Amino acid sequence: MAVTAVDGEFVRRLQKEEEVQRSRKDSRRPRYSKFSQQELSSCKPLLTPRCTVVLFVLVGATCILIGMYALYASWSVVELVNRYDTFCVMKHATSANPLTTNEEKSAYMKNYNKQKNCTITMEIDKLMTPPIYVYYQLGNYFQNHRRYVKSKSERQLRGLPPSSSELNDCKPQDTANGQVIIPCGLIAWSLFNDSFDFSIDDFSSDNGTIFINKTAISWKSDREERFNNTVFPTNFPNNNRTTLANASQIGGASLDENLPLNRHEDLMVWMRTAALPTFRKIYGRIETDLVPGTRLTVNINNFYNTYGFGGSKKLVLSTVSWVGGRNDFLGLSYVVVGCVCIFIGLTFMYLHWKHPRPLGDRSHLSWVRKNAANSRVTS
Amino acid sequence: MKRLVHINDRGGHRDSQNHCSNKISNTKYNIFNFIPKNLWEQFSRFMNKYFLLIATLQLWPLITPVSPVSTWGPLLAIFAVSATKEAWDDYGRYCSDKEFNEKLVWVVKNGVKTRIQAQEIEVGDLVWLLENDEIPCDMVLLGTAEPLGLCYIETAAMDGETDLKTRVIPGPCHGLTSAQLLNIKGMIECPEPDKDILRFDARVRLFPPFPGDELSPLGVKNTLLQCCYLRNTEWACGVAVYTGNETKIGMSKGIAEPKLTAADAMLDKLTTALFICQIVVVMILGLAGNVWNNYEKDKTWYLRFPKKSEWYDFIVIPLRFELLCSIMIPISVKVSLDLAKSVYSKYIDWDIQMYDAVTDTPAKAANTAISEDLGQIEYILTDKTGTLTENMMIFKRCCINGVYYGNFNGDALTDQHLMHSVTEKVSAVVKFVMVMTINNTVVPNMSRENGRLTYKAQSQDEEALVQAAAQLGMVLFSKKGSVVEVNFLGHTMEFEILQVLEFTSDRKRMSVVVRDHSTGGLYLLTKGADETVFRRVRAGEPVQQVADAIDQYSQLGLRTLCFAWRDLDEQEYVAWTAKFNEASAALTDRELKIAEVSELLEKDLELLGASAIEDKLQDGVPETIASLRKAGINFWLLTGDKQTTAIQVARACNFIMAEPEGQLLKIEGSTPSDVADSIEGVLQTFCINNSENKNIAFVIDGLSLEIALKYHKEAFAKLALLIRTALCCRVTPSQKAELVGLVKSCDYRTLAIGDGGNDVKMIQEAHVGVGISGREGLQASRAADYSFGKFKFLKRLILVHGRYSYNRSAFLAQYSIYKSLVICFVQILFSFISGVSGTSLFNSFSLMAYNVAYTSIPVMVTSLLDKDLSERTVMQHPEILYFAQAGRLINPSTFAGWFLRSIFHLFYGVPAFGGVRQRRYLLHTESNPELWEAQWHV
Repeated sequence: MAVTAVDGEFVRRLQKEEEVQRSRKDSRRPRYSKFSQQELSSCKPLLTPRCTVVLFVLVGATCILIGMYALYASWSVVELVNRYDTFCVMKHATSANPLTTNEEKSAYMKNYNKQKNCTITMEIDKLMTPPIYVYYQLGNYFQNHRRYVKSKSERQLRGLPPSSSELNDCKPQDTANGQVIIPCGLIAWSLFNDSFDFSIDDFSSDNGTIFINKTAISWKSDREERFNNTVFPTNFPNNNRTTLANASQIGGASLDENLPLNRHEDLMVWMRTAALPTFRKIYGRIETDLVPGTRLTVNINNFYNTYGFGGSKKLVLSTVSWVGGRNDFLGLSYVVVGCVCIFIGLTFMYLHWKHPRPLGDRSHLSWVRKNAANSRVTS
Repeated sequence: MKRLVHINDRGGHRDSQNHCSNKISNTKYNIFNFIPKNLWEQFSRFMNKYFLLIATLQLWPLITPVSPVSTWGPLLAIFAVSATKEAWDDYGRYCSDKEFNEKLVWVVKNGVKTRIQAQEIEVGDLVWLLENDEIPCDMVLLGTAEPLGLCYIETAAMDGETDLKTRVIPGPCHGLTSAQLLNIKGMIECPEPDKDILRFDARVRLFPPFPGDELSPLGVKNTLLQCCYLRNTEWACGVAVYTGNETKIGMSKGIAEPKLTAADAMLDKLTTALFICQIVVVMILGLAGNVWNNYEKDKTWYLRFPKKSEWYDFIVIPLRFELLCSIMIPISVKVSLDLAKSVYSKYIDWDIQMYDAVTDTPAKAANTAISEDLGQIEYILTDKTGTLTENMMIFKRCCINGVYYGNFNGDALTDQHLMHSVTEKVSAVVKFVMVMTINNTVVPNMSRENGRLTYKAQSQDEEALVQAAAQLGMVLFSKKGSVVEVNFLGHTMEFEILQVLEFTSDRKRMSVVVRDHSTGGLYLLTKGADETVFRRVRAGEPVQQVADAIDQYSQLGLRTLCFAWRDLDEQEYVAWTAKFNEASAALTDRELKIAEVSELLEKDLELLGASAIEDKLQDGVPETIASLRKAGINFWLLTGDKQTTAIQVARACNFIMAEPEGQLLKIEGSTPSDVADSIEGVLQTFCINNSENKNIAFVIDGLSLEIALKYHKEAFAKLALLIRTALCCRVTPSQKAELVGLVKSCDYRTLAIGDGGNDVKMIQEAHVGVGISGREGLQASRAADYSFGKFKFLKRLILVHGRYSYNRSAFLAQYSIYKSLVICFVQILFSFISGVSGTSLFNSFSLMAYNVAYTSIPVMVTSLLDKDLSERTVMQHPEILYFAQAGRLINPSTFAGWFLRSIFHLFYGVPAFGGVRQRRYLLHTESNPELWEAQWHV
């Protein structure tokens, strides 16, 4: 590394001039400062070929190491995924109603009187230690749609009367029967309402039932700031869906009107809208070990209709590591970048060995080459 | 059109005329039109219009993705800043106007002097000025305290010249007492207001009982112009002819057109391209969005699309995308560029290495917006006198009557022969010295305290001549009106200057008609450029001899003047005077007519000899020219001097090379066909010799240049571009500007550098104008974009400041667009996975944070401090400038590079976005890894 120094001779000259100037009082001479003279000390690393090669190889090696570590962490995560949407509805298929098309499935879901529950099993083949997170994963579901994202009233959630523009955004879920809906908007209205019960012994005894902890699954800031404990769900349309007529009006879960908004963990999770059309949302935590060989039985109330638009529903159980859930991308990208760096480093090394050039060789400067070319033409 | 001014006649004839009041106003706005006018001006720029369009669209809540505040905020801030700056400048102008307008002056009302505010002066008022008063309006001088009707004014505010100029009262007013003046009545016929401060072709007539009931001529000599100061004169009075903004100086004021740099122009083009690209993207997305809606609308129950669609639905989605993509052209480009450029110009102001200790002049960047153009200069057009040379004239040699003086010791003043000839009173020598002493506009000034004699002169040459004459024993010690007193070897001689045939750039000579009071002889004394004087000498004079001398002097790089003499015949003179007076009183083409009449007298001259004056080269000039030329910059020398002198100076400062490395081709001729042949010949010679790697230059004089520019512009332009070095001699100020225009029209970046009033036009015409604050006044440096004390600083200005500014601006502009492109592309990609609905991926806050905190501040710091190469490296290897000159740092291909880079970073970043999404929660916006990635790349 070479640090550019201020030209010594120039400094001396300056000092001399400075003395002359001091004797002259009202001089218009600009003041000297390192900034104004653009002389702030700087560091300019000299990137020689050797230095470059070493740098590339070092960076590459570091990247690979970090990547390996991340990959290892990711691989240590145990993840079980089970897609249940088709299975759960097909279970109720009859020869009269084969439920082969999406439309048929959707119509079946809309029928309030039909059976919607089903049971799936999940094999544990690796030890899962708590906290084990239970997620549901939706596919092809556009929570990021502009109509959807905006359709809520933050003021309302905080306990203030919603502004008119917010209410406008909430349309068509802004009012019902002339009264403002709390919470208004499409997001709250379409709250996910499948439910899952876990057991290790087919629910044959209460002992086998696994407790799902559904507290503290939302953001802390949501519970404490964004959602207010004085606001209770009011006039919420999903709560009035008891009659046959209302049943066909699809929508999401109902909300307990006796609990303030900040106790509705599922709602708070749901209202953190996902950025991508395929997303996972937390359902709860299992706080016991799941040992290999265990066969989990899950009772599912398959209420949520994703059939009409070809969406998917999955149930996910996952442990975590420092990289989060199962996520190989971070580690892989580090490894790939590391490999590329090392490859580039080695290529440079080869090139330098094949065509060495002394440091400070000026023969390749554009004007030197131009002159050389000229003289060749003339000679 | 003529203007009739009734002198001292308030309330009389005046009602019929509608002249403006003497209230001057330099302000651009008033309190009512400020906001609309300022906004109108700001919106004349494409970028601002675009920003306004976006901000307006955002007011429609149906389509706006983010809160309108995030656009309106910065937009209003920018407009507020520009408007405040304008308002502040304008307020400053208003205050100085007000001070000027409310200054109290003495004006004669009904024969009584009263004190009124300057703004209440009306055309025709008699204004009474005291010593050191500022002149409140353009006036015709009518009376002064001096018995000879003279007064002195300082015109520094007008033309930057610090010497005192004399003004005289017109003929009819001579001898009027101040009591008479109070009641003077008369009429002045003058042209409509114009801005030519060197011309005032008017006539005056006094009404009885005052003498001179006939029209007598008025000229600039009789005027007192606004903004000048009365000096060395107890009082003076005059009649207001032009008032307020109609004065000469008021008319010539104007706010200079802003200059657009090459990089700016390029940026404009690129922005427009980007805008088109944006429109295309918006249309595609809009279409896709409508298609998506059509297919998915009935299925996605959770979105609950309304059953009935509105007529404007199909346009809503494209408009939403327009708003989302509007960040493609970020406001921050403009803001950060403006900010950075003003700092670059401050660096120039602060640069100690461009401070000239001798004259105590720091460098000054008057134009803060064009520093990157300095790095792209391809042609430098330079003046010679005062720019390349010191403009400190010293009389060195002379040749009188065939005898060379000063040839042995290099200084005629110490040449014993000359001293001897003077004391012997050799006729030719005495005549020669007399012309030196009398034929000039020098004002001697005897100091009251110590009796020391100083000279104030407009021309450095004249001062040098008078000084030299004084050393030779003929001392000019007093000039009172037309009477000149000279002390010649102890005897006082008195001359009366009867007529002055002034120097003009066309005549290139000056003559005076004097009467020797002791002998009563009548003489015409002439000095001027050799070719004009030779043409007018009588037959049989030793023209060749003098021409040889002049040639010899020019070879040495000395400035030469020819001196001539003529004994006049009384009758001839009287006859001629009538014609001259007639010409002087002409209202149109006065200059031309005077020149014609003057020629009648300036003939059959007796040639006395020639003088040679040295003008030293400034230090560092050859080195500066050599290294700037190495940097690929071509030089043209434009001078009013003679060809031989110019060639000598050009040789001395590395401008042209002697054989065999260089070759100088001449273009000459006095008819269009001659010039055409000459140009053709030069072109052919050039083509033959070009392969030999020679430094070929061409030289042309003013006359041929005029013909070339008039008849053979294309051929000349071709030649000018092929041959990179040119000497243009004997050129006028407007020709200089024309040459700059010629080079400019061939798409080259030009820099004009000069020091005198004659360079102002060319400085204003060039892309970058540089003024040397020299001895010829401050005119040039006032008109210039940059000014400093010495020519050699040009090297640093271009190689260091210009190059850094260009590199930094190019980086800053493109980076600002790049970072916006990245975030915009992410947004576009996101649109495809959000149902093409126009959801904003970023909320207002994170957008703002991205634009300001993450990406603007770091890059701003970089572009203020970055030095890709050290100053020393660049100064030692000027060739490095090629890169900047060719515009290699901001052009469509570099821009495409940045564009591709942003796409690469998009695809590099988005998988990361997808990859890390499976964290415990999907964060909404801030977790975009693109931000970190982009940051990492800074």
